[in-house]
Amino acid sequence: MRAIGIILAGGNNKKMGELSQKRAISALPVAGSYRGIDFPLSNMTNSQVKKVAVITQYNSLSLNEHLISSKWWNFGRKQGGLSVFTPSITPSNTNWYRGTADSMYQNIKFLRDSHEPYVVIANGDAVYKMDYSEVLEYHIAKKADITMVCKKMPQDENLCRFGLVKLDEDSRVVDIDEKPMVATSDIANMGVYVLRRRLLIDLLEQCAEEERFDFVRDILIRYKNMKKIYSFPLETYWGGISSIESYYKTNMDFLNPAVRDYFFHQYPDVYSKVDDNPPAKYNPGSHVRNSLISSGCIINGTIENSVLFKQAYIGNNCVIKNSIILNDVYIGDNTVIENCIVESHDTIKANMTYTGTPDKIKVVVEKNIRYEI
Amino acid sequence: MLLAGGQGSRLGVLTAKVAKPAVAFGGKYRIIDFPLSNCINSGIDTVGVLTQYQPLKLNTHIGIGIPWDLDRNIGGVTVLPPYEKSRNSEWYTGTANAIYQNLDYMEMYNPEYVLILSGDHIYKMDYEVMLDYHKANNADVTIAAMPVPMEEAHRFGILVTDDKNQIREFEEKPENPSSNLASMGIYIFNWKVLKEALVTLAEVPGCDFGKHVIPYCHNAGKPIFAYEYNGYWKDVGTLTSYWEANMELIDIIPVFNLYEEYWKIFTKSDILPPQYISAESTIERSIIGEGTSIYGSVHNSVIGSGVTIGKGAVIRNSIIMQGVVIGEGTVIDKAIIADQSQVGAGVKIGVGEFAASKLDPKVYNADLVVVGEKSYIPDGVSIGKNTAISGVTEKDDYPNGALAGGEYVIKAGGIL
Repeated sequence: MRAIGIILAGGNNKKMGELSQKRAISALPVAGSYRGIDFPLSNMTNSQVKKVAVITQYNSLSLNEHLISSKWWNFGRKQGGLSVFTPSITPSNTNWYRGTADSMYQNIKFLRDSHEPYVVIANGDAVYKMDYSEVLEYHIAKKADITMVCKKMPQDENLCRFGLVKLDEDSRVVDIDEKPMVATSDIANMGVYVLRRRLLIDLLEQCAEEERFDFVRDILIRYKNMKKIYSFPLETYWGGISSIESYYKTNMDFLNPAVRDYFFHQYPDVYSKVDDNPPAKYNPGSHVRNSLISSGCIINGTIENSVLFKQAYIGNNCVIKNSIILNDVYIGDNTVIENCIVESHDTIKANMTYTGTPDKIKVVVEKNIRYEI
Repeated sequence: MLLAGGQGSRLGVLTAKVAKPAVAFGGKYRIIDFPLSNCINSGIDTVGVLTQYQPLKLNTHIGIGIPWDLDRNIGGVTVLPPYEKSRNSEWYTGTANAIYQNLDYMEMYNPEYVLILSGDHIYKMDYEVMLDYHKANNADVTIAAMPVPMEEAHRFGILVTDDKNQIREFEEKPENPSSNLASMGIYIFNWKVLKEALVTLAEVPGCDFGKHVIPYCHNAGKPIFAYEYNGYWKDVGTLTSYWEANMELIDIIPVFNLYEEYWKIFTKSDILPPQYISAESTIERSIIGEGTSIYGSVHNSVIGSGVTIGKGAVIRNSIIMQGVVIGEGTVIDKAIIADQSQVGAGVKIGVGEFAASKLDPKVYNADLVVVGEKSYIPDGVSIGKNTAISGVTEKDDYPNGALAGGEYVIKAGGIL
C-alpha cells in the first residue's frame, strides 16, 4: 500500500456523558470483545497500510493501555508500525491539540519523514469494515485532490449530527455543511479521507499560519471549490459510537445475525488486544436468550437481548434485559436491569432495580465494595 | 525442558493426528498451555519444548511464544525436534535420551539449574518455590511428588524418603510399594549433575529419567530430595480421566479454578468475538469458548471456541472442541468430538447399551463416543456407546444407519 495512516482519536464528546468520564470515545468497548479503535486500526492493517499514527488527547490513558502492544494488529514491525501521538511541549509549541488539523500539524514530522505518497486519515470512533486501498484506487482514478468516504444515511437517522455533503453527478463534493441545524442532504461524511501526503503537508502548514485548526471547517469547507474533493460511497455497515443512543444501537446491532456474520465470520478479521480470560461459564439457574456473552463471564441468572462484555459476573435470579454490561461488572443476586448500559468495573448490589426505557437508555455507574471482608 | 513428544496412545483417535500435549482441554486451552503458563508465571523465560510425535499442531500453537510472553531477545521458547547427526542419528528413544540429544541447547545458556517437565498434566505450580526448596536443601536433584492412594501407587515411580524428605529409595512402578509418595515427572537438576549423568548414560537404550537417570544419581550418592506437592494435579492420559478432568471445570466452584486472577493460564487464541446464544437455546452447567454460536441446548458440557451448534441440537455431558459444527436436531450424550469435525443433522450419538470395544478395549473402556479431529459424520445416523470414529465417514459406513456400541469406523485420506 502506498499510503501511511492517521487515526484521529483525540476528541471528547459531551453526548457520551458518564461513559466518557474515564476514557476516550475510541477506547469505548464495542460488541463484547472489541474497542472502537479496533475497527479503523484493523482496517488499516487489512488494507496493507504498514505505518500508522494514532493521535489522541482526551483521556489518552485508556487508549494507551489498549494499544500498549501493537502486535495484535500486526504492527509490531521493524519497518513502519504503530505510533501513538499525545500532545507534547516543544520549544516552539506549548499548546494542546486545538483541533484535528492542528493535531496533525503538531506531528507534521511524521508526515514529512515518511516516503509513501498518500495518507489515509480515519477517525477512531466508528464501527465499520473497509478496504482503504479501494478508496485510494478510486482517488487515483478520479484524479481527485481529496477523497472523502460518505454514506447515504437511512431516512430515520438524525442527520444533523453529521457533516452533510452535496454531490454532483460525478460524485464531486459541491457543498459541505458541518452539523447543520436543518438537514440539507442525506449523504453524511464518515470521516475517512485519502489525499497526497505533500498536499496534506501544504494544507496543514497553510492552516497553521492562519491560526486555523479544524480539518473539516478550515480545510474541506474552505477549499471545496478550489480543490477537487470526491466522495467515495460506503455501502456496507457503519455504526456510530459517539452518542449514548448510537453506542447502544451499534452494540445491539450485533444481535442481528447479518451484522454478526459480517464482522465475526467474514474475511477480513477485526483484531483486538488479546485478554487471557477463561471460557464463559453457565451455572445452574442461567437462562440466556438472544445475547452475546464474552469470555470470562460467569452467569447464574437470566439474560435476554443483551450484550455482556468480558468478565461479567451475574448473580442468582438476576434478570438482565435489553442491556449492555461492560467489562468486569459484578451484579449481586436478584437484581433487575432493563434498558441500561452498566459502566465497566461496576459493582451492583443484590436486590436492586435499574430500568431505563428504549427511548432513554440509562447509564448505570455504581462503585460499591465488591467483596466484603 | 518441556517433554512434549509423546503420543499419548491411550487417548485413542484423539491423538491419531496430534501429540497429546496439543489436545484441547477446558474449552479454549491445549494441555501444553498449563506447563508453559506455569513456566512464565514462575519466572522461567527460557524453555525448550521437545517434540517428536505429530508436531505440526504443537509447532503452530507455540509459534514464537507470544501468548506466553516467551518471545524474548534472549531465551524464550525454542521447539526442539530430533535431528540428523553425522553419526548415531536417532529419534528420541526415551525422556532422558531426548534431553541428552539437546545438551547443546542447554550448554548455550549454561544454566545453574535445569527443570524437566512433561507436557501432559493439568496443574498450576510455582516452580520457583520448588527451586528455592532445592537450593535450601543443597540438593543435586529434586523430584516433585504427591501422595496417591496406596492401591494406585504401583502405577507410579515411588519415592521412599526420610524425615527431611531426602530420598532413601526409588521404586519404579513397584508391585509392593513401600510408600505412597509418587513422582510427578517434574525434576530440578543441578546442570553439572544432569550433564554428567546424561553423558555417562549416553549409550543406555531408551534412556529414561525414572528408570535410569534417577537411579544412577541415587547410586552415585547424590543428595536427592522430594518436593511434596498437595495441589490439583491431573494426569489426563486416559479417555475417562480426560473426560472427568474437563467435567470438573463446570462445577460451581471447581477444584481447579480457571477464574482466579492470580496464576492465569495463557493460550493462543485466534478467535476473539463473543459467543452468541440464540433465543431458542438453553444452557446450563457448561463452559463455552469465544466465538461460538449456539442455537440448540447444552447441558453439563465443555464447548470450545468457534463451535456452531445447530437449532434443536441437544448436547449433554460432552466435550466439543474448537471449530466443530453440529447439525440441526442432533442429540449427543457423553461424547468427545475433536477439533474441526462436522456432525450432520439429526444424528444420535451415545445411544443404546455399553459394549466392549472391538478396536482396543484397553483404550476404549467407558461409555464415551470418541470422534477424532476433522471427522465427518453424515446426517441421520445413530452411534452407540464406547465407539470411535475418525475420518470422513459416509452413510455406507453405518450399516442400517447405525454404529453399534463397541464398534469403530476409522478412515484415512478423506478431506473435509
